[in-house]
Amino acid sequence: MTATVSETKQEQKIDLAKLEDVLFHYRGFRGALIPVLQKAQHAYGYLPRPVIERIGESLKLHVSDIYGVITFYSQFRLKPQGKYVIRVCRGTACHVKGSQTIAEKISEKLGIELGETTVDLNFTAEEVACVGACGMAPVMTINEETYGLMTVGKATEAIDGYLEKAGSNLHKE
Amino acid sequence: MSNEIKEKLITDDSLIQISICLGTGGVAAGARDVFNSFAKELESNQVEAVIKERKCRHKVHQTGCRGLCALDVLVDVLVPGMAETSYARVTAAMVPEIVQEHIINKKPVEKYLVDEAHHRFFDKQKRRVLQRCGVIDPEDINDYLATDGYQALAKALRIGPEKVIDEVKTAGLRGRGGAGFPTGLKWAFCRAAEGDTKYLICNADEGDPGAFMDRSQLESDPHSVLEGIIIGSYAIGAEKAFIYVRSEYPLAIERLKIAIRQAKEKGYLGDNILNSGFNCRIEIEKGSGAFVCGEETALMSSIEGNRGMPKPRPPYPAEKGLWGKPTNINNVETLANVPLIILGGAAQYAQIGTEKSKGTKVFALTGKVNNTGLIEVPMGITIKEIVYDIGGGINNDKKFKAIQIGGPSGGCLGESHLDTPIDYDSLVAAGAIMGSGGCVVMDEDTCMVDIARYFMDFIQEESCGKCVPCRIGTKRMLEILTRICDGEGVAEDLQNLEELAKKVKNTALCGLGQTAPNPVESTFRYFKDEYLAHIKEKRCPAKACKNLIKYRVTPDDCKSCALCVKVCPSEAILGGKKGVKAEIQNDKCIRCGACLSKCPTKAIKVVDNDSAAAVEVK
Ligand SMILES: Cc1cc2nc3c(=O)[nH]c(=O)nc-3n(C[C@H](O)[C@H](O)[C@H](O)COP(=O)(O)O)c2cc1C
Ligand code: FES
Repeated sequence: MTATVSETKQEQKIDLAKLEDVLFHYRGFRGALIPVLQKAQHAYGYLPRPVIERIGESLKLHVSDIYGVITFYSQFRLKPQGKYVIRVCRGTACHVKGSQTIAEKISEKLGIELGETTVDLNFTAEEVACVGACGMAPVMTINEETYGLMTVGKATEAIDGYLEKAGSNLHKE
Repeated sequence: MSNEIKEKLITDDSLIQISICLGTGGVAAGARDVFNSFAKELESNQVEAVIKERKCRHKVHQTGCRGLCALDVLVDVLVPGMAETSYARVTAAMVPEIVQEHIINKKPVEKYLVDEAHHRFFDKQKRRVLQRCGVIDPEDINDYLATDGYQALAKALRIGPEKVIDEVKTAGLRGRGGAGFPTGLKWAFCRAAEGDTKYLICNADEGDPGAFMDRSQLESDPHSVLEGIIIGSYAIGAEKAFIYVRSEYPLAIERLKIAIRQAKEKGYLGDNILNSGFNCRIEIEKGSGAFVCGEETALMSSIEGNRGMPKPRPPYPAEKGLWGKPTNINNVETLANVPLIILGGAAQYAQIGTEKSKGTKVFALTGKVNNTGLIEVPMGITIKEIVYDIGGGINNDKKFKAIQIGGPSGGCLGESHLDTPIDYDSLVAAGAIMGSGGCVVMDEDTCMVDIARYFMDFIQEESCGKCVPCRIGTKRMLEILTRICDGEGVAEDLQNLEELAKKVKNTALCGLGQTAPNPVESTFRYFKDEYLAHIKEKRCPAKACKNLIKYRVTPDDCKSCALCVKVCPSEAILGGKKGVKAEIQNDKCIRCGACLSKCPTKAIKVVDNDSAAAVEVK
């Protein structure tokens, strides 16, 4: 795959030094890959290619094996995430209380599929299995904030608020 | 409720105590605002007094989940000399009044008090495993110690590992993670397995969508799980244990870390525990989001740093588990039961429950019941008691249709099962499973075909893809179910679905695939008429499947009040104001129900979408 201009630019900015402490800490650990990936993602927001290569070098693993692990788990990301991450619960309790319509509306409003990020990197929309607040179903979260007893209207309102905060002009389209 | 526990905790009864539920449910309902508001009100009322003194006279506990999420935010206020009082659905705006009236003027604010429903919610429960949840401060080991904490460990170390295993066997404890395998037996296998290095794993992956029992246990009473882990490790001969916990549970992880640190400091973990010569260390492993990693062999593969793919068994983990060493895996709740058994004795433990299912079970009761929340019931209780007594019946007096027990591996049981007792064997006989404890109540507005489709969608997304029946079989099943829900079902669909269900069940590699057809089979068995209505008449009896319904305004009832127009998120409603009757544009309407609940004259009705053509089914 050839990198696009913007991708190359992004990857140039990556400071691999942030990774060294983590790699040092996990030297010689069995089963270190997943915790290392978790920590790396925490540091960079996602897992850029140069980071993966460096991890492979240090843990003596093939890059392809690491990709295999990354793509298996839903929490690892190969692309940067939006500033605001909207998660709609798709747990059973939320489903029977109509969470699907809310998810559809959010995806329509942001103009992205669930699991995608807007081009301006302001919003990521995702589905999650049970947030653990089923008593408040349907539930959605925006970053650390949890919203219970949602309706399509309330979800739209909340997102409008964030759109304004982010200065996003998605809603003008 | 757990008064015994409470009494043990109240050391200084001159303290004014306020406890606020800060579990996830509470936080979603605004508990943090309430918490801050209390802190602020207490502080500002101190101005007249000496601040230092007043401050330490108030202790705002951080309690975990106490169960009744529907009444969140729940706040208990204990003023010395007055009865303890609970307030329901507290908002930050109510706090000044509670502080002023109750704490300063000593007059509880009647209008905010919890009502009858609250009492009925607790009456039929037996809170054993959850006895401390919502009562103690989970971040303070002293609260745990004050309520008999770590005494079971001390006793275990005195009586020795064989006796511990015997007790667990005699108590009849069965695994709470799903399959219900006898815990004592599993421990005995692992103890007998050859090898110096052994591991114990606590399975806190809790992936069932609609379940949060383990999370609440970890958030509200982490030491009870640690104590179970240490006793279990001692029994099987392991010096190292892992807790594999979902990373979606940051609060649980945080509290576990605190608990592990405190237990180490007090000598309940680490080297030479309580001078017994037994060493034990516990490590937390964070999952990375894969439902299949709840399955034991996949879980171990994930700890080893690989893709979490299940392996065929045998060899069982007890012989060849993590890194090839004998390993014992137990669920969080299973382990939290262990201290109760050791401390109170097997005989006392076994007094609760049925012949083959002993003790209690924790469920996350959710869906269309009035009292949703975390409940703990004695084995053998009937579904009816759970739905109507504890759950307080169905929302808005609608009709009960089904209860889904066991999540994606479980099944939907209907009205004819209301008297079925909750125990491992009766549930399996009825076509569900005990599962980990997800319990979702459904009413007449829930479409059973859609529920089957929903679970199949979940499974399809979570299938690891290793074996063909699960990877492709469930995909085909999902396609058929989606087609039926969309009103495009054909006559052969039912037969194909049944056949596929059998094949996947019998040939899939791990429990994920083997149980995936359960939701389909059980809805098929008890709600076949709904499938037929979708296929034959292109009609969704519950009026839930979007392609098969539309919204219509009854012009005579419409008062042109414009409320529906305002609330519609899709601008699908024409007219509706200035004397013009509202009209819904079918193509723009997303059937979200906003206008239905807003219309003051109930002029908007859901009707069958008659555009689809009927089909012959034998
Ligand atoms: C797909 C799948 C998911 C599972 N998820 C969990 C889980 O989230 N938590 C759990 O304790 N057990 C889960 N199990 C069951 C475990 O494999 C295992 O049986 C259990 O942890 C054993 O503990 P117990 O004997 O204490 O019940 C799952 C099984 C399967 C097949
Ligand atoms: S199902 Fe949505 S919070 Fe549990």
